[in-house]
Amino acid sequence: MKVKVLSRNPDDYVRETKLDIQRVPRNYDPTLHPFEVNREYTRALNATKLERVFAKPFLASLDGHKDGVNCMAKHAKSLSKLLSGSCDGELKVWDLTKHECVRTLQAHEGFVRGIVVRFCGTSFFTAGDDKTIKQWKMESPGYGEEEEPLNTILGKTVFTGLDHHQKDGVFATCGQQVDIWDEQRSSPIRSFTWGVDSFSAVRFNPVETELLASCASDRSIVLYDMRESAPLKKVIMTMRSNTVCWNPMEAYYFTCSNEDYNLYTYDMRFLDRPITVHMDHVSAVLDVDYSPTGKEFVSASFDKTIRIFPKDGGRSREVYHTKRMQHVICVKWSADNKFILSGSDEMNIRLWKANAAEKLGVLTPREKVAVNYSQKLKEKFQHHPQIRRIAHHRHLPKSIFHQTKELRVMKEARRRKERNVRKHSRPGAVPVVSEKEKHVVTVVK
Amino acid sequence: MAKFSKKKVNRRKVEASGEGPEQVVRDPGEQHEGLNEADGHVSEEQEEDEEEEQEDEEEEEDGGGDKDERRRQKLLEAINALGGKRQKKLGERSEAAVLMSEFTINAEGEGERVDLSDLIGTVEKNRAVPAKTRKQLKNLQQSKRTVECPLSKQETERIQRDVSFQKAASEVSRWKGIIRQNQRAEQLVFPLNQEPAGPKPMERVVSGWKAQTPLEQEVFALLTANKQPVHDPILTPTEEASLRAMSLEEAKIRRAELQKARVLQSYYEAKARRERKIKSKKYHKVHNKAKRKEFLKQFDEMVKTDPATALEELDKMQTARMQERMSLKHQNSGKWARSKALLAKYDEDARKAMQQQLEVNKELTQKLVTSLNNEQEEEEEEEEEAGHPELMPDFVNDAERGLDSSNPWMRGKLSEEPTESERCGSLDLTEEALLREFDQRRKLRQVQEADTGPVLSVDDDEGMVEEDEAAAEEEEQLSEFTSLFQEMANSRRDVMAEQAEAAPDTSVQLEEGRRRICTVEDVELLSQEEVAPDEAPVQPQLPPATENMLSAPQKTGKNRKRKRGIELKEVLTTEAKVLRIPLAPTVEDTEESDGKLDQRGLIKEAFAGDDIISDFLRDKRNQEDAGKPKVVDLTLPGWGEWGGGGVKPSRNKRRRFRVKTAPPPPRKDQHLPTVIISEKRNSSISLHQVNSLPFPFESHTQFQSTVRSPMGRTWNTERMVKKITKPKVVTQLGAIIKPMAREELMKDASNNSSVDSLRRKH
Repeated sequence: MKVKVLSRNPDDYVRETKLDIQRVPRNYDPTLHPFEVNREYTRALNATKLERVFAKPFLASLDGHKDGVNCMAKHAKSLSKLLSGSCDGELKVWDLTKHECVRTLQAHEGFVRGIVVRFCGTSFFTAGDDKTIKQWKMESPGYGEEEEPLNTILGKTVFTGLDHHQKDGVFATCGQQVDIWDEQRSSPIRSFTWGVDSFSAVRFNPVETELLASCASDRSIVLYDMRESAPLKKVIMTMRSNTVCWNPMEAYYFTCSNEDYNLYTYDMRFLDRPITVHMDHVSAVLDVDYSPTGKEFVSASFDKTIRIFPKDGGRSREVYHTKRMQHVICVKWSADNKFILSGSDEMNIRLWKANAAEKLGVLTPREKVAVNYSQKLKEKFQHHPQIRRIAHHRHLPKSIFHQTKELRVMKEARRRKERNVRKHSRPGAVPVVSEKEKHVVTVVK
Repeated sequence: MAKFSKKKVNRRKVEASGEGPEQVVRDPGEQHEGLNEADGHVSEEQEEDEEEEQEDEEEEEDGGGDKDERRRQKLLEAINALGGKRQKKLGERSEAAVLMSEFTINAEGEGERVDLSDLIGTVEKNRAVPAKTRKQLKNLQQSKRTVECPLSKQETERIQRDVSFQKAASEVSRWKGIIRQNQRAEQLVFPLNQEPAGPKPMERVVSGWKAQTPLEQEVFALLTANKQPVHDPILTPTEEASLRAMSLEEAKIRRAELQKARVLQSYYEAKARRERKIKSKKYHKVHNKAKRKEFLKQFDEMVKTDPATALEELDKMQTARMQERMSLKHQNSGKWARSKALLAKYDEDARKAMQQQLEVNKELTQKLVTSLNNEQEEEEEEEEEAGHPELMPDFVNDAERGLDSSNPWMRGKLSEEPTESERCGSLDLTEEALLREFDQRRKLRQVQEADTGPVLSVDDDEGMVEEDEAAAEEEEQLSEFTSLFQEMANSRRDVMAEQAEAAPDTSVQLEEGRRRICTVEDVELLSQEEVAPDEAPVQPQLPPATENMLSAPQKTGKNRKRKRGIELKEVLTTEAKVLRIPLAPTVEDTEESDGKLDQRGLIKEAFAGDDIISDFLRDKRNQEDAGKPKVVDLTLPGWGEWGGGGVKPSRNKRRRFRVKTAPPPPRKDQHLPTVIISEKRNSSISLHQVNSLPFPFESHTQFQSTVRSPMGRTWNTERMVKKITKPKVVTQLGAIIKPMAREELMKDASNNSSVDSLRRKH
């Protein structure tokens, strides 16, 4: 009698090495796997919860400044270098991997108003309250050498901002006017004025490198072309803008941080209304910086928090704060899109993760797959109320929490009043003004 | 000092104007000409590039002549001024040379003036200048208009700003394509301009590489001699040619076709071989016959589709027939036939065989009938056939109708309305009668509608409120229906007493009869839609309401129906009795409503057909029924007892395996007659459900489909999972992401152009 037995080829189920994943034969027939939505929902819920569990964005605090940190600059070629200038004129160069200061120099008397690293990364410029612009070597001086600037330019007025061209030896300062300087010359090759007595910030467009934007004290943002003799255009808003930042990937978008607690993203071609109004801060926004991918930006505020906004989102996706962090004056997004640096009033520079729950370091392939999957799950179920609640929940300091509430009430009251006025006046007499249009006063050609 | 653009043409003219002054002296007329010509030229250029002019201002002509020449120039100017002809003075702009001292540009020759004539003096001589421009220049010379005074500084600045803004905006807009593309991209990998990892071919790394060592040279010589590839795409010319000849996809398709053809061929071959092996004569006979038949069929078709081949076939067949007629093959004259003939007397099989052979002969020798005749015949037949069905239906229908009218059983199928109209016909056809009839029906409907309570408030609000209150009280007191009914019966009398005045008592009926009437009506409605016999149990309730109005024949009709309904009534519960309770007062109502009949009533009458309320009630009933627990019978025959056909599981067993689920909690709309509250909504689940359509989605189905398609490895293949879960932005660890560079724009432009050219090719 022939006896038949089940026989299987061990190749089908035995893994070759111990490191391999166990081979799991699968039948993808959907009838065999019911409740897929329910199961994925649970997974998504768990992923969201875990994300919140692992959300620990604060990495390090760099202390050493003897006064509030007023400005910072990323190194153009090295990720681990950071320059920071404080209100007492001191400039420090930091090693971010070791969390330590590698060089300190007294750059100016009074505030260091602006620092910018040359595109080649070999030298950097500083501008200060002592009406000087100084160029320094990136390398620290050798033993016995004096710490001296390569170049010093004595200006007629105080400089409040500084930025360098992406490719050429040209930089721009702002103060009473916006000046374009050649590195080789002691006087500006061009200066722009447009009936304004002071500017607070100037930035080169990193993509269309000849364009500039600046914030003026008359509540306006002015655009320039370096090649032209006159400014291009300006938009006057209801309140003053503090800083402006161009999107590094999308040539015509820039975002400005405003005193009215909001940030505005503009298309430079259409200045009559911002593309997006970013709301969430409860005090003046002092600084803004785009992520190098151009998808998000980070903003620093007087309300002692920093927030991360998607470039086209009206609300922030993240808020960072610590008990000891005071008014945040400057903020930078690191060039590898992983970290955020914030300098604040209480003399510290803080290093944060850009994605709060991200695992740093090299991920194994399996980890990568899992991370991607959970990310997609969260995205897929983001509209479900439970998941949304968990994902959006952030702990806030009491004062900010209450102020947010208060602002909401105020806004609602204003809205209600407007509605009532409209209701009781002749139709068309009180037009509906959208949130975007509210904040722009005029566009001056 | 005249300003001029730095265009090469003008430059040349400046050089040419080195000997200018003398020329001017020689021929003043020519000078004027030249001047005006130049004027026109400059104005044209001003239009073209206003902003460029700014730069030009700063640029100074360095070639200042010596002092003597300058003096002479001044003298000439003075002379010209004396001439009385007012020369237009060109607006002089600010001198930039002072500011620009750093550029080693001196301000020498500041006062000097370059006349436009100097610049364009050569135009006349130059053959290259088209005649058209010459003419224009001449015209300009003749015109004596004064130049408009320049705009104010603010104005000019504003214009400058506007122009330069337009320029910058258009420049920036070039990025639109890339930005769009990046926004739409499924995945973006940063840093953007990354070179692919891995080893690169030698040619790309080193530009001018040559074989140097003797071995290398030998190898290369060999390679070139044999037309082997030296560079990266390692393909011989023949391979390349073949690649170019056919694309991969085409080749695949072709291969698949060939494969299929081969398979089919082998299959048919195998089949044929198998069939040939079969020895059975009978099989072959049958087979051949079938083949022949099939062939004939095919032939008929062929006549229509492909007459040429059909003719050939016909010829073949005719030749076969001729051969058959000539030969004696099936003629019972062969050896075999003769032997059979001997046996035929005794053996039936032999006889049959002979018969068959004769038949074959007959078949083969038969003359073919031409297909044309056949077709005609067929058509005729078809016509005949078609004629009958046309007549048939009417006839059949008539017969049925006749049956209908005569046979009361069959009549059941007809709807109520015709009978009613008959009734009307039987009555006096006066208006009064009609109205009365309508009234009654209205009353009836009111009784039915009473179930829906508040909806009826159209009739009378006050009465309604009272009734509702009364009903509410009752409902509070009573929990069960039976008791409710008894109570209601009592209360009805009370209410009746109260409402002796004017308030219509429709709502009383409403509250009292609620359950009962509702059920009856449901059945009625169902019956109207479904089958006739079902209607029967419903009808009996109607007569009492209309009793006084109905004529004798109707009554009989109703009675008949009732008789029939009696059997079915058994199906109904005994509660059917209660039905009559509300019906008594309707008689009284009719008297009242006689007077009250007005517009509203008429409107109601007009919309008598669509009975929304009863529809609603039916819906509610259905929902209630659906919510009720059902008894599930899980009995399996054969387990623990005898099985087999016709054996039923024992009662005991059936009892044991009948699963009764607990009744669900009372419905929320239990006491709300006009409301259906869905019990499907589960509050514990709804916490997790999305209650409004999220933003980017346009429809619920779209959103649902995205949620429904799973992404995990449990449901998808590994590759699919990878594809689905691809992150939108990928960054490299420790790599600096630089802002977008101009090269991207170039790349995009070249890509676009290549795509365009491809499109044009196709």
